[in-house]
Amino acid sequence: MSNELLFGLYIFVLAGFLGHHVISKVPPLLHTPLMAGTNAISGISLVGSLVAAGGGYGKLSTVLGFVAVICATINTVGGFLITDRMLRMFKRKRPGDRA
Amino acid sequence: MNLNPWLLFSYLVASTLFILALQGLSSPVHARRGNLLGSLGMLIAVVATLGFSQILTFRWIAIGLMIGSAIGAAMSIWIPMTKMPERIALSHSFGGLAAALVGVSEYHHRMSGEGIDRFTMGALGLEVFLGFLTFTGSLMAFGKLQGLITGAPVTYRGQNASNIALFFGALVLLVLVVTDPSRAILFYATGVIGLAVGVLAVIPIGGADMPVVISLLNSYAGLASAATGFALGNYVLIIAGALDGTSGLLLSLKMSQAMNRSFANVLFGAFGGKVETAAGGPAGPAANYNLATVEDAVGVLQAAQKVIVVPGYGMAVSQAQHTVRELAQVLEVNGATVKYAIHPVAGRMPGHMNVLLAEANVPYDQLYDLDDINDEFARTDVALVVGANDVVNPAAKTNPGSPIYGMPVFNVDESRAVIVLKRSMNTGFAGIENDLFVQPNTMMVLGDAKKTLRELLAGVKEEAA
Repeated sequence: MSNELLFGLYIFVLAGFLGHHVISKVPPLLHTPLMAGTNAISGISLVGSLVAAGGGYGKLSTVLGFVAVICATINTVGGFLITDRMLRMFKRKRPGDRA
Repeated sequence: MNLNPWLLFSYLVASTLFILALQGLSSPVHARRGNLLGSLGMLIAVVATLGFSQILTFRWIAIGLMIGSAIGAAMSIWIPMTKMPERIALSHSFGGLAAALVGVSEYHHRMSGEGIDRFTMGALGLEVFLGFLTFTGSLMAFGKLQGLITGAPVTYRGQNASNIALFFGALVLLVLVVTDPSRAILFYATGVIGLAVGVLAVIPIGGADMPVVISLLNSYAGLASAATGFALGNYVLIIAGALDGTSGLLLSLKMSQAMNRSFANVLFGAFGGKVETAAGGPAGPAANYNLATVEDAVGVLQAAQKVIVVPGYGMAVSQAQHTVRELAQVLEVNGATVKYAIHPVAGRMPGHMNVLLAEANVPYDQLYDLDDINDEFARTDVALVVGANDVVNPAAKTNPGSPIYGMPVFNVDESRAVIVLKRSMNTGFAGIENDLFVQPNTMMVLGDAKKTLRELLAGVKEEAA
Protein backbone atom coordinates (compact mmCIF):
# COMPACT_ATOMS: atom_id res chain seq x y z
CA MET A 1 0.00 0.00 0.00
CA SER A 2 1.47 3.29 -1.09
CA ASN A 3 1.48 6.36 1.11
CA GLU A 4 -0.48 8.24 -1.49
CA LEU A 5 -3.31 5.75 -1.19
CA LEU A 6 -3.21 5.96 2.59
CA PHE A 7 -3.36 9.75 2.59
CA GLY A 8 -6.25 9.60 0.17
CA LEU A 9 -8.12 7.13 2.37
CA TYR A 10 -7.44 9.23 5.48
CA ILE A 11 -8.97 12.21 3.80
CA PHE A 12 -11.88 10.26 2.35
CA VAL A 13 -12.84 8.69 5.67
CA LEU A 14 -12.50 11.91 7.66
CA ALA A 15 -14.41 13.92 5.06
CA GLY A 16 -17.13 11.27 5.13
CA PHE A 17 -17.53 11.59 8.89
CA LEU A 18 -17.47 15.36 8.65
CA GLY A 19 -20.08 15.21 5.90
CA HIS A 20 -22.28 12.97 8.03
CA HIS A 21 -21.97 15.38 10.93
CA VAL A 22 -22.72 18.50 8.90
CA ILE A 23 -25.46 17.01 6.76
CA SER A 24 -27.35 15.49 9.71
CA LYS A 25 -28.01 19.06 10.77
CA VAL A 26 -29.71 20.03 7.52
CA PRO A 27 -33.48 20.17 8.18
CA PRO A 28 -35.86 18.30 5.81
CA LEU A 29 -37.08 21.75 4.77
CA LEU A 30 -33.84 22.22 2.83
CA HIS A 31 -33.30 18.71 1.48
CA THR A 32 -33.84 19.72 -2.14
CA PRO A 33 -31.39 22.65 -1.97
CA LEU A 34 -28.98 20.29 -0.19
CA MET A 35 -29.12 17.88 -3.10
CA ALA A 36 -28.72 20.66 -5.64
CA GLY A 37 -25.86 22.16 -3.63
CA THR A 38 -23.91 18.93 -3.14
CA ASN A 39 -24.41 18.30 -6.81
CA ALA A 40 -22.78 21.63 -7.60
CA ILE A 41 -19.92 20.86 -5.21
CA SER A 42 -19.27 17.44 -6.70
CA GLY A 43 -19.00 19.23 -10.03
CA ILE A 44 -15.47 19.86 -8.76
CA SER A 45 -14.58 16.94 -11.03
CA LEU A 46 -14.36 19.89 -13.42
CA VAL A 47 -10.74 20.36 -12.34
CA GLY A 48 -9.98 16.82 -13.56
CA SER A 49 -11.80 17.55 -16.82
CA LEU A 50 -9.79 20.74 -17.35
CA VAL A 51 -6.50 18.87 -17.18
CA ALA A 52 -7.81 16.15 -19.50
CA ALA A 53 -9.04 18.72 -22.03
CA GLY A 54 -6.00 20.97 -22.00
CA GLY A 55 -3.10 18.82 -20.82
CA GLY A 56 -2.06 17.88 -24.34
CA TYR A 57 -2.78 14.20 -23.74
CA GLY A 58 -3.69 13.52 -27.36
CA LYS A 59 -6.81 13.80 -29.45
CA LEU A 60 -8.97 11.26 -27.61
CA SER A 61 -8.27 12.79 -24.21
CA THR A 62 -8.94 16.27 -25.52
CA VAL A 63 -12.32 15.25 -26.94
CA LEU A 64 -13.36 13.33 -23.81
CA GLY A 65 -12.07 16.12 -21.61
CA PHE A 66 -13.93 18.71 -23.65
CA VAL A 67 -17.26 16.87 -23.20
CA ALA A 68 -16.47 16.36 -19.51
CA VAL A 69 -15.73 20.08 -19.10
CA ILE A 70 -19.16 20.89 -20.57
CA CYS A 71 -20.95 18.38 -18.30
CA ALA A 72 -19.12 19.43 -15.15
CA THR A 73 -19.57 23.14 -15.89
CA ILE A 74 -23.31 22.61 -16.36
CA ASN A 75 -23.36 21.10 -12.87
CA THR A 76 -21.24 23.68 -11.11
CA VAL A 77 -22.67 26.82 -12.70
CA GLY A 78 -26.20 25.43 -12.90
CA GLY A 79 -26.03 23.83 -9.46
CA PHE A 80 -25.02 26.95 -7.57
CA LEU A 81 -27.49 29.09 -9.51
CA ILE A 82 -30.48 26.83 -8.92
CA THR A 83 -29.58 26.34 -5.26
CA ASP A 84 -29.51 30.10 -4.83
CA ARG A 85 -32.80 30.46 -6.70
CA MET A 86 -34.42 27.96 -4.35
CA LEU A 87 -32.91 29.39 -1.18
CA ARG A 88 -34.07 32.88 -2.15
CA MET A 89 -37.66 31.61 -1.96
CA PHE A 90 -37.52 30.42 1.66
CA LYS A 91 -38.91 33.25 3.75
CA ARG A 92 -40.06 33.58 7.30
CA LYS A 93 -43.45 35.14 7.95
CA ARG A 94 -43.38 38.93 8.14
CA PRO A 95 -46.13 41.06 9.71
CA GLY A 96 -47.09 42.67 6.41
CA ASP A 97 -47.51 39.36 4.58
CA ARG A 98 -51.15 38.76 5.35
CA ALA A 99 -53.49 39.42 2.45
CA MET B 1 1.68 13.16 -8.45
CA ASN B 2 3.65 16.38 -8.10
CA LEU B 3 1.32 19.27 -7.67
CA ASN B 4 2.21 22.89 -7.32
CA PRO B 5 2.01 23.98 -3.64
CA TRP B 6 -0.12 26.99 -4.57
CA LEU B 7 -2.52 24.63 -6.27
CA LEU B 8 -2.68 22.40 -3.20
CA PHE B 9 -3.26 25.40 -0.99
CA SER B 10 -6.06 26.68 -3.23
CA TYR B 11 -7.69 23.26 -3.07
CA LEU B 12 -7.55 23.38 0.71
CA VAL B 13 -9.30 26.76 0.66
CA ALA B 14 -11.89 25.40 -1.77
CA SER B 15 -12.55 22.34 0.42
CA THR B 16 -13.03 24.53 3.47
CA LEU B 17 -15.48 26.73 1.61
CA PHE B 18 -17.43 23.66 0.44
CA ILE B 19 -17.80 22.47 4.02
CA LEU B 20 -18.94 25.95 5.08
CA ALA B 21 -21.49 25.85 2.25
CA LEU B 22 -22.99 22.64 3.63
CA GLN B 23 -22.88 24.00 7.16
CA GLY B 24 -24.89 27.02 6.01
CA LEU B 25 -27.71 24.71 4.98
CA SER B 26 -28.48 23.92 8.61
CA SER B 27 -30.79 26.94 8.61
CA PRO B 28 -32.58 28.87 5.87
CA VAL B 29 -31.18 32.06 7.43
CA HIS B 30 -27.54 31.35 6.51
CA ALA B 31 -28.10 29.05 3.58
CA ARG B 32 -27.72 31.58 0.79
CA ARG B 33 -24.46 32.94 2.18
CA GLY B 34 -23.18 29.38 2.45
CA ASN B 35 -24.05 28.68 -1.14
CA LEU B 36 -22.18 31.81 -2.18
CA LEU B 37 -19.11 30.62 -0.26
CA GLY B 38 -19.38 27.26 -2.04
CA SER B 39 -19.40 28.90 -5.45
CA LEU B 40 -16.44 31.03 -4.42
CA GLY B 41 -14.61 27.83 -3.49
CA MET B 42 -15.37 26.42 -6.91
CA LEU B 43 -14.10 29.54 -8.62
CA ILE B 44 -10.85 29.43 -6.63
CA ALA B 45 -10.34 25.75 -7.47
CA VAL B 46 -10.93 26.28 -11.17
CA VAL B 47 -8.78 29.39 -11.48
CA ALA B 48 -5.96 27.72 -9.53
CA THR B 49 -6.17 24.64 -11.76
CA LEU B 50 -5.96 26.77 -14.88
CA GLY B 51 -3.07 28.76 -13.49
CA PHE B 52 -0.94 26.19 -11.70
CA SER B 53 -1.29 22.86 -13.47
CA GLN B 54 0.32 21.81 -16.70
CA ILE B 55 -2.27 22.97 -19.16
CA LEU B 56 -0.99 23.49 -22.68
CA THR B 57 -4.00 24.55 -24.70
CA PHE B 58 -6.85 26.62 -23.41
CA ARG B 59 -8.97 26.72 -26.54
CA TRP B 60 -11.18 23.70 -25.88
CA ILE B 61 -11.34 24.51 -22.19
CA ALA B 62 -12.64 28.00 -22.92
CA ILE B 63 -15.23 26.74 -25.38
CA GLY B 64 -16.35 23.99 -23.00
CA LEU B 65 -16.64 26.39 -20.08
CA MET B 66 -18.73 28.76 -22.15
CA ILE B 67 -21.08 26.08 -23.49
CA GLY B 68 -21.44 24.49 -20.06
CA SER B 69 -22.10 27.80 -18.34
CA ALA B 70 -24.73 28.74 -20.90
CA ILE B 71 -26.56 25.38 -20.60
CA GLY B 72 -26.22 25.33 -16.82
CA ALA B 73 -27.56 28.86 -16.44
CA ALA B 74 -30.44 28.18 -18.83
CA MET B 75 -31.33 24.99 -16.95
CA SER B 76 -31.39 26.88 -13.67
CA ILE B 77 -33.07 30.16 -14.50
CA TRP B 78 -36.00 29.00 -16.59
CA ILE B 79 -36.87 25.59 -15.22
CA PRO B 80 -40.16 25.56 -13.26
CA MET B 81 -39.85 24.50 -9.63
CA THR B 82 -42.28 21.62 -10.22
CA LYS B 83 -39.64 20.11 -12.54
CA MET B 84 -36.94 20.10 -9.87
CA PRO B 85 -36.70 16.28 -9.57
CA GLU B 86 -36.17 16.01 -13.33
CA ARG B 87 -33.59 18.79 -13.19
CA ILE B 88 -31.68 17.10 -10.38
CA ALA B 89 -31.79 13.70 -12.09
CA LEU B 90 -30.31 15.24 -15.25
CA SER B 91 -27.50 16.90 -13.36
CA HIS B 92 -26.62 13.61 -11.65
CA SER B 93 -26.30 12.09 -15.10
CA PHE B 94 -23.98 14.90 -16.23
CA GLY B 95 -21.88 14.43 -13.09
CA GLY B 96 -21.61 10.69 -13.70
CA LEU B 97 -20.71 11.18 -17.36
CA ALA B 98 -18.03 13.77 -16.58
CA ALA B 99 -16.37 11.45 -14.05
CA ALA B 100 -16.51 8.48 -16.41
CA LEU B 101 -15.05 10.40 -19.35
CA VAL B 102 -12.21 11.78 -17.25
CA GLY B 103 -11.54 8.19 -16.17
CA VAL B 104 -11.38 6.91 -19.74
CA SER B 105 -9.16 9.80 -20.76
CA GLU B 106 -6.80 9.23 -17.85
CA TYR B 107 -6.57 5.50 -18.58
CA HIS B 108 -5.80 6.15 -22.21
CA HIS B 109 -3.21 8.79 -21.36
CA ARG B 110 -1.42 6.72 -18.73
CA MET B 111 -1.41 3.53 -20.77
CA SER B 112 0.25 5.32 -23.67
CA GLY B 113 2.90 6.68 -21.33
CA GLU B 114 4.05 5.93 -17.82
CA GLY B 115 1.72 2.98 -17.21
CA ILE B 116 -0.65 2.48 -14.31
CA ASP B 117 -0.05 1.10 -10.83
CA ARG B 118 -2.63 -1.25 -9.40
CA PHE B 119 -4.09 1.17 -6.95
CA THR B 120 -4.70 3.86 -9.56
CA MET B 121 -6.15 1.21 -11.84
CA GLY B 122 -8.65 0.19 -9.18
CA ALA B 123 -9.71 3.78 -8.65
CA LEU B 124 -10.04 4.35 -12.40
CA GLY B 125 -12.10 1.21 -12.81
CA LEU B 126 -14.46 2.19 -10.00
CA GLU B 127 -14.68 5.71 -11.34
CA VAL B 128 -15.65 4.57 -14.81
CA PHE B 129 -18.07 1.91 -13.55
CA LEU B 130 -19.84 4.22 -11.08
CA GLY B 131 -19.73 7.15 -13.48
CA PHE B 132 -21.41 5.31 -16.34
CA LEU B 133 -23.86 3.63 -13.95
CA THR B 134 -24.88 7.04 -12.58
CA PHE B 135 -25.11 8.43 -16.11
CA THR B 136 -27.62 5.91 -17.48
CA GLY B 137 -29.37 5.34 -14.15
CA SER B 138 -30.08 9.04 -13.79
CA LEU B 139 -31.20 9.29 -17.39
CA MET B 140 -33.69 6.48 -16.69
CA ALA B 141 -34.88 8.26 -13.55
CA PHE B 142 -35.28 11.43 -15.62
CA GLY B 143 -37.25 9.52 -18.25
CA LYS B 144 -39.55 8.08 -15.61
CA LEU B 145 -40.14 11.43 -13.95
CA GLN B 146 -40.70 13.18 -17.26
CA GLY B 147 -43.08 10.43 -18.39
CA LEU B 148 -40.88 9.48 -21.37
CA ILE B 149 -40.87 5.92 -20.05
CA THR B 150 -43.48 4.36 -17.82
CA GLY B 151 -43.31 5.33 -14.16
CA ALA B 152 -44.56 1.89 -13.23
CA PRO B 153 -41.99 -0.80 -12.39
CA VAL B 154 -40.81 -2.75 -15.44
CA THR B 155 -40.20 -6.31 -14.36
CA TYR B 156 -39.33 -9.63 -15.96
CA ARG B 157 -38.40 -13.07 -14.79
CA GLY B 158 -34.96 -13.46 -13.28
CA GLN B 159 -34.50 -9.69 -13.17
CA ASN B 160 -32.86 -9.44 -9.77
CA ALA B 161 -30.69 -12.47 -10.38
CA SER B 162 -29.41 -11.13 -13.69
CA ASN B 163 -28.81 -7.65 -12.25
CA ILE B 164 -26.83 -9.06 -9.36
CA ALA B 165 -24.90 -11.29 -11.75
CA LEU B 166 -24.03 -8.28 -13.90
CA PHE B 167 -22.91 -6.34 -10.86
CA PHE B 168 -20.61 -9.09 -9.67
CA GLY B 169 -19.44 -9.63 -13.22
CA ALA B 170 -18.26 -6.02 -13.24
CA LEU B 171 -16.45 -6.56 -9.95
CA VAL B 172 -14.66 -9.61 -11.35
CA LEU B 173 -13.61 -7.64 -14.44
CA LEU B 174 -12.40 -4.88 -12.16
CA VAL B 175 -10.21 -7.28 -10.21
CA LEU B 176 -8.84 -8.76 -13.45
CA VAL B 177 -7.97 -5.39 -14.91
CA VAL B 178 -6.29 -4.37 -11.67
CA THR B 179 -4.02 -7.41 -11.88
CA ASP B 180 -3.13 -6.47 -15.44
CA PRO B 181 -4.00 -2.87 -16.39
CA SER B 182 -2.90 -3.37 -19.98
CA ARG B 183 -6.01 -5.39 -20.80
CA ALA B 184 -7.92 -2.44 -22.15
CA ILE B 185 -10.83 -4.56 -23.32
CA LEU B 186 -11.62 -5.53 -19.72
CA PHE B 187 -11.46 -1.90 -18.63
CA TYR B 188 -13.89 -0.79 -21.30
CA ALA B 189 -16.14 -3.78 -20.60
CA THR B 190 -16.42 -2.60 -16.99
CA GLY B 191 -17.67 0.73 -18.28
CA VAL B 192 -20.17 -0.91 -20.62
CA ILE B 193 -21.52 -3.05 -17.78
CA GLY B 194 -21.86 0.15 -15.73
CA LEU B 195 -24.00 1.62 -18.51
CA ALA B 196 -26.17 -1.51 -18.58
CA VAL B 197 -26.54 -1.78 -14.80
CA GLY B 198 -27.68 1.85 -14.63
CA VAL B 199 -30.56 1.12 -17.00
CA LEU B 200 -31.50 -2.30 -15.65
CA ALA B 201 -31.35 -1.34 -11.98
CA VAL B 202 -33.65 1.67 -12.33
CA ILE B 203 -36.40 0.32 -14.63
CA PRO B 204 -37.92 -1.97 -11.94
CA ILE B 205 -38.29 0.93 -9.49
CA GLY B 206 -41.67 2.66 -9.33
CA GLY B 207 -42.37 6.40 -9.45
CA ALA B 208 -43.24 6.67 -5.75
CA ASP B 209 -39.79 5.32 -4.83
CA MET B 210 -38.01 8.04 -6.80
CA PRO B 211 -36.94 9.97 -3.66
CA VAL B 212 -34.77 7.02 -2.65
CA VAL B 213 -33.41 6.42 -6.13
CA ILE B 214 -32.52 10.07 -6.75
CA SER B 215 -30.76 10.25 -3.38
CA LEU B 216 -28.86 7.07 -4.11
CA LEU B 217 -27.78 8.30 -7.54
CA ASN B 218 -26.66 11.50 -5.83
CA SER B 219 -24.48 9.35 -3.63
CA TYR B 220 -23.05 7.39 -6.59
CA ALA B 221 -22.23 10.62 -8.42
CA GLY B 222 -20.30 11.72 -5.35
CA LEU B 223 -18.47 8.42 -5.04
CA ALA B 224 -17.54 8.60 -8.74
CA SER B 225 -16.03 12.04 -8.08
CA ALA B 226 -14.15 10.68 -5.06
CA ALA B 227 -12.81 7.80 -7.17
CA THR B 228 -11.65 10.40 -9.71
CA GLY B 229 -9.83 12.09 -6.86
CA PHE B 230 -8.07 8.83 -5.92
CA ALA B 231 -7.10 8.18 -9.53
CA LEU B 232 -5.70 11.69 -10.04
CA GLY B 233 -4.24 12.03 -6.53
CA ASN B 234 -6.41 15.12 -6.10
CA TYR B 235 -7.60 15.72 -2.53
CA VAL B 236 -10.25 18.35 -3.21
CA LEU B 237 -12.01 15.82 -5.43
CA ILE B 238 -11.80 13.20 -2.69
CA ILE B 239 -13.24 15.61 -0.13
CA ALA B 240 -16.04 16.94 -2.34
CA GLY B 241 -16.88 13.42 -3.48
CA ALA B 242 -16.99 12.13 0.09
CA LEU B 243 -19.29 14.98 1.12
CA ASP B 244 -21.62 14.38 -1.82
CA GLY B 245 -21.49 10.62 -1.28
CA THR B 246 -22.42 10.79 2.39
CA SER B 247 -25.11 13.37 1.72
CA GLY B 248 -26.81 11.17 -0.86
CA LEU B 249 -26.44 8.09 1.30
CA LEU B 250 -27.87 9.84 4.35
CA LEU B 251 -30.81 11.16 2.35
CA SER B 252 -31.61 7.79 0.84
CA LEU B 253 -31.48 6.17 4.30
CA LYS B 254 -33.86 8.82 5.61
CA MET B 255 -36.20 8.27 2.67
CA SER B 256 -36.19 4.50 3.14
CA GLN B 257 -36.91 4.94 6.84
CA ALA B 258 -39.80 7.28 5.99
CA MET B 259 -41.27 4.41 4.00
CA ASN B 260 -40.36 1.78 6.59
CA ARG B 261 -38.51 -0.18 3.96
CA SER B 262 -35.01 -1.45 3.63
CA PHE B 263 -32.68 -0.35 0.88
CA ALA B 264 -32.81 -3.81 -0.59
CA ASN B 265 -36.58 -3.71 -0.69
CA VAL B 266 -36.62 -0.42 -2.58
CA LEU B 267 -33.92 -1.50 -5.02
CA PHE B 268 -35.09 -5.02 -5.68
CA GLY B 269 -38.71 -5.01 -4.54
CA ALA B 270 -40.28 -3.57 -7.73
CA PHE B 271 -42.82 -1.93 -5.44
CA GLY B 272 -46.25 -1.26 -6.86
CA GLY B 273 -45.97 -4.03 -9.39
CA LYS B 274 -47.87 -6.58 -7.34
CA VAL B 275 -51.31 -5.18 -6.65
CA GLU B 276 -52.64 -8.53 -5.53
CA THR B 277 -50.71 -8.31 -2.27
CA ALA B 278 -52.82 -5.29 -1.38
CA ALA B 279 -55.96 -7.37 -1.00
CA GLY B 280 -55.88 -7.10 2.79
CA GLY B 281 -57.98 -3.94 2.85
CA PRO B 282 -61.76 -3.66 2.80
CA ALA B 283 -63.11 -5.67 -0.10
CA GLY B 284 -64.32 -3.63 -3.06
CA PRO B 285 -64.62 -0.28 -1.31
CA ALA B 286 -65.01 1.57 -4.61
CA ALA B 287 -68.73 2.17 -4.12
CA ASN B 288 -68.47 3.55 -0.58
CA TYR B 289 -66.64 6.78 -1.28
CA ASN B 290 -68.26 9.86 0.11
CA LEU B 291 -68.15 11.98 -3.02
CA ALA B 292 -68.62 15.62 -2.14
CA THR B 293 -69.30 18.75 -4.14
CA VAL B 294 -67.22 21.91 -3.92
CA GLU B 295 -70.10 23.58 -2.04
CA ASP B 296 -70.02 20.91 0.69
CA ALA B 297 -66.28 21.36 1.07
CA VAL B 298 -66.59 25.16 1.19
CA GLY B 299 -69.06 24.84 4.06
CA VAL B 300 -66.69 22.69 6.08
CA LEU B 301 -63.66 24.90 5.38
CA GLN B 302 -65.63 28.04 6.21
CA ALA B 303 -66.43 26.73 9.68
CA ALA B 304 -62.93 25.45 10.41
CA GLN B 305 -60.73 27.08 13.05
CA LYS B 306 -57.75 24.82 12.56
CA VAL B 307 -56.71 23.54 9.15
CA ILE B 308 -53.77 21.34 8.16
CA VAL B 309 -52.85 21.06 4.49
CA VAL B 310 -51.19 17.80 3.43
CA PRO B 311 -49.64 18.22 -0.02
CA GLY B 312 -48.47 15.36 -2.21
CA TYR B 313 -47.17 14.71 -5.70
CA GLY B 314 -50.61 15.60 -7.11
CA MET B 315 -50.04 19.19 -6.05
CA ALA B 316 -46.83 19.30 -8.08
CA VAL B 317 -48.48 17.69 -11.10
CA SER B 318 -51.27 20.25 -11.27
CA GLN B 319 -48.92 23.08 -10.16
CA ALA B 320 -51.45 23.97 -7.48
CA GLN B 321 -49.04 25.37 -4.86
CA HIS B 322 -49.94 29.01 -5.51
CA THR B 323 -53.68 28.33 -5.30
CA VAL B 324 -53.13 26.37 -2.08
CA ARG B 325 -51.42 29.39 -0.57
CA GLU B 326 -54.19 31.76 -1.74
CA LEU B 327 -56.84 29.54 -0.16
CA ALA B 328 -54.83 29.30 3.06
CA GLN B 329 -54.52 33.07 3.23
CA VAL B 330 -58.26 33.58 2.83
CA LEU B 331 -58.88 31.02 5.57
CA GLU B 332 -56.39 32.83 7.80
CA VAL B 333 -58.15 36.13 7.21
CA ASN B 334 -61.32 34.33 8.31
CA GLY B 335 -59.59 33.59 11.59
CA ALA B 336 -58.40 30.03 11.05
CA THR B 337 -54.85 28.83 11.64
CA VAL B 338 -53.34 26.97 8.71
CA LYS B 339 -50.33 24.66 8.88
CA TYR B 340 -48.72 22.45 6.29
CA ALA B 341 -47.74 18.87 7.02
CA ILE B 342 -44.85 17.67 4.85
CA HIS B 343 -44.01 13.98 4.67
CA PRO B 344 -40.36 13.16 3.93
CA VAL B 345 -41.31 11.18 0.83
CA ALA B 346 -44.12 13.42 -0.43
CA GLY B 347 -43.36 14.20 -4.05
CA ARG B 348 -40.56 12.76 -6.12
CA MET B 349 -37.46 13.90 -4.27
CA PRO B 350 -36.45 14.85 -0.73
CA GLY B 351 -37.81 18.28 0.17
CA HIS B 352 -39.83 18.59 -3.05
CA MET B 353 -42.99 19.94 -1.36
CA ASN B 354 -41.06 22.45 0.75
CA VAL B 355 -39.53 24.03 -2.32
CA LEU B 356 -42.87 24.27 -4.12
CA LEU B 357 -44.60 25.88 -1.15
CA ALA B 358 -41.67 28.25 -0.63
CA GLU B 359 -42.02 29.21 -4.28
CA ALA B 360 -45.67 30.03 -3.59
CA ASN B 361 -44.54 32.35 -0.77
CA VAL B 362 -45.68 30.12 2.06
CA PRO B 363 -43.50 31.17 5.04
CA TYR B 364 -41.31 28.25 6.06
CA ASP B 365 -42.36 28.44 9.71
CA GLN B 366 -45.76 27.16 8.58
CA LEU B 367 -44.20 23.97 7.16
CA TYR B 368 -44.05 21.07 9.62
CA ASP B 369 -42.31 17.70 9.53
CA LEU B 370 -44.06 14.45 10.25
CA ASP B 371 -42.97 14.18 13.89
CA ASP B 372 -43.70 17.81 14.68
CA ILE B 373 -47.30 17.85 13.57
CA ASN B 374 -48.66 14.33 13.77
CA ASP B 375 -50.18 14.78 17.24
CA GLU B 376 -52.08 17.84 16.09
CA PHE B 377 -54.44 16.13 13.66
CA ALA B 378 -56.63 14.94 16.53
CA ARG B 379 -57.24 18.59 17.42
CA THR B 380 -57.76 19.74 13.85
CA ASP B 381 -61.05 20.68 12.23
CA VAL B 382 -60.13 20.02 8.64
CA ALA B 383 -57.26 18.13 7.06
CA LEU B 384 -57.03 19.21 3.43
CA VAL B 385 -55.23 16.52 1.43
CA VAL B 386 -53.98 17.88 -1.89
CA GLY B 387 -52.86 15.10 -4.19
CA ALA B 388 -51.30 12.95 -1.47
CA ASN B 389 -52.20 9.29 -1.13
CA ASP B 390 -49.90 6.75 0.52
CA VAL B 391 -48.67 9.19 3.17
CA VAL B 392 -52.21 9.57 4.54
CA ASN B 393 -53.25 5.92 4.27
CA PRO B 394 -54.30 4.63 7.72
CA ALA B 395 -53.75 1.06 6.47
CA ALA B 396 -50.06 1.71 7.21
CA LYS B 397 -51.02 1.80 10.90
CA THR B 398 -53.81 -0.75 11.07
CA ASN B 399 -53.56 -3.33 8.32
CA PRO B 400 -50.63 -5.76 8.62
CA GLY B 401 -51.55 -7.14 5.18
CA SER B 402 -50.94 -3.84 3.44
CA PRO B 403 -47.69 -3.42 1.49
CA ILE B 404 -47.11 -0.10 3.23
CA TYR B 405 -47.81 -1.43 6.74
CA GLY B 406 -45.42 0.15 9.24
CA MET B 407 -44.66 3.20 7.14
CA PRO B 408 -45.01 6.35 9.26
CA VAL B 409 -48.06 8.22 7.97
CA PHE B 410 -49.98 11.34 8.96
CA ASN B 411 -52.85 10.78 11.42
CA VAL B 412 -55.14 12.56 9.00
CA ASP B 413 -57.91 10.10 9.86
CA GLU B 414 -58.05 11.55 13.38
CA SER B 415 -59.08 15.04 12.32
CA ARG B 416 -62.71 16.06 12.58
CA ALA B 417 -63.18 16.28 8.84
CA VAL B 418 -60.97 15.32 5.90
CA ILE B 419 -61.20 16.84 2.45
CA VAL B 420 -59.31 14.89 -0.18
CA LEU B 421 -58.58 16.51 -3.53
CA LYS B 422 -57.80 13.82 -6.03
CA ARG B 423 -57.77 13.56 -9.79
CA SER B 424 -59.75 10.32 -9.97
CA MET B 425 -60.49 7.25 -7.90
CA ASN B 426 -57.62 5.30 -9.43
CA THR B 427 -55.17 3.95 -6.90
CA GLY B 428 -51.94 5.92 -6.44
CA PHE B 429 -48.52 5.10 -7.85
CA ALA B 430 -48.09 2.35 -5.33
CA GLY B 431 -51.36 0.81 -6.49
CA ILE B 432 -52.80 0.45 -3.00
CA GLU B 433 -56.38 1.03 -1.85
CA ASN B 434 -56.65 3.86 0.65
CA ASP B 435 -58.89 3.24 3.67
CA LEU B 436 -58.98 6.97 4.39
CA PHE B 437 -61.17 7.55 1.37
CA VAL B 438 -64.00 5.40 2.74
CA GLN B 439 -64.09 6.93 6.20
CA PRO B 440 -67.43 8.57 7.03
CA ASN B 441 -65.76 11.92 7.86
CA THR B 442 -63.86 12.04 4.57
CA MET B 443 -65.12 14.10 1.65
CA MET B 444 -63.71 13.22 -1.73
CA VAL B 445 -63.63 16.08 -4.23
CA LEU B 446 -62.52 14.70 -7.58
CA GLY B 447 -60.89 16.64 -10.39
CA ASP B 448 -57.72 18.57 -11.16
CA ALA B 449 -56.38 19.88 -7.84
CA LYS B 450 -55.72 23.40 -9.09
CA LYS B 451 -59.18 23.75 -10.62
CA THR B 452 -60.89 22.42 -7.49
CA LEU B 453 -58.81 24.72 -5.30
CA ARG B 454 -59.78 27.72 -7.42
CA GLU B 455 -63.46 26.81 -6.98
CA LEU B 456 -62.95 26.34 -3.23
CA LEU B 457 -61.20 29.69 -3.06
CA ALA B 458 -64.03 31.45 -4.91
CA GLY B 459 -66.58 29.72 -2.69
CA VAL B 460 -64.88 30.61 0.58
CA LYS B 461 -64.39 34.22 -0.55
CA GLU B 462 -68.06 34.48 -1.49
CA GLU B 463 -69.22 33.09 1.85
CA ALA B 464 -66.95 35.49 3.68
CA ALA B 465 -68.19 38.53 1.77
